[in-house]
Amino acid sequence: MHGFANPARFLRIAKWLTAPLLVSGLLLSFGAVAWGLTQVPPDRLMGDTVRILFVHVPAAWLGMGGWSAIAIASLMELVWRHPLAAIAARAAAVPGAAFTALCLITGSIWGRPTWGTWWVWDGRLTSMLVLLFLYFGYIALSSSLAREGQSSRIAAIFGLVGAINIPIINRSVVWWNSLHQPPSITMGESSIDPVFLWPLLIATLGFSLLFGGVVLTRMRAILADMQAEARLRRKALQAEDIVR
Amino acid sequence: MREALDQWLFVYAAVGVTLVGTLVLVASSLLAMRRAEKRREESRRK
Repeated sequence: MHGFANPARFLRIAKWLTAPLLVSGLLLSFGAVAWGLTQVPPDRLMGDTVRILFVHVPAAWLGMGGWSAIAIASLMELVWRHPLAAIAARAAAVPGAAFTALCLITGSIWGRPTWGTWWVWDGRLTSMLVLLFLYFGYIALSSSLAREGQSSRIAAIFGLVGAINIPIINRSVVWWNSLHQPPSITMGESSIDPVFLWPLLIATLGFSLLFGGVVLTRMRAILADMQAEARLRRKALQAEDIVR
Repeated sequence: MREALDQWLFVYAAVGVTLVGTLVLVASSLLAMRRAEKRREESRRK
């Protein structure tokens, strides 16, 4: 991992990886969703609304995955002081928040025809909403620290503490009574019929590749901004020295 | 009493929101990257 600590080397690899990740992600995710809409039969109980599965589950996975990435990057920043860790955490925050919001919106749309309500204050939905607010807090904190030129260690601690919510989301349907169904996919096992499972797995892979591409894109943007800022500051200081 | 809801409307709404949201996220990230890299190049020339 320390091999990528050099921003120049990282940028070379990121430039090479960004387009393939975005293009393959778009093709796989949109293709799997089209497959789910046109080729998958309606479910015995949920009818046609089962097709929302192919966008809702990847969004939930990436909402939680985004915060897990922030927590891992925060740990790397605090323990190993990896120079790109804070940038990676900042870059994962906006896409993570976007997919958490999409998970909540698609879940709410799915809830209306299946549960008869748009929203219930149960463990799963509430902990997911808490995750969205944690993202907002993290984005505000890390951007203000970067703008002021201060250390990102406070944001890293926030990222680590916020990770407590991830197992709570995961276990919420087991610990508390909920309208939300219990987990259908666990370690090595699935109660989902293969006719739904395959497009779901491909959609999840596709959206995950897209997420990776977006994180690399945002890391490149943050690095380019930092390099431009540093160069302009250096030139301003040199100009000041000449005037004196 | 059972409501007569058109299930496909909910499917299209959920899929539409996700696909549009994803495209906006990708496009805004690419634009931000292009802008930042252009700014870096300009700072090199100044």
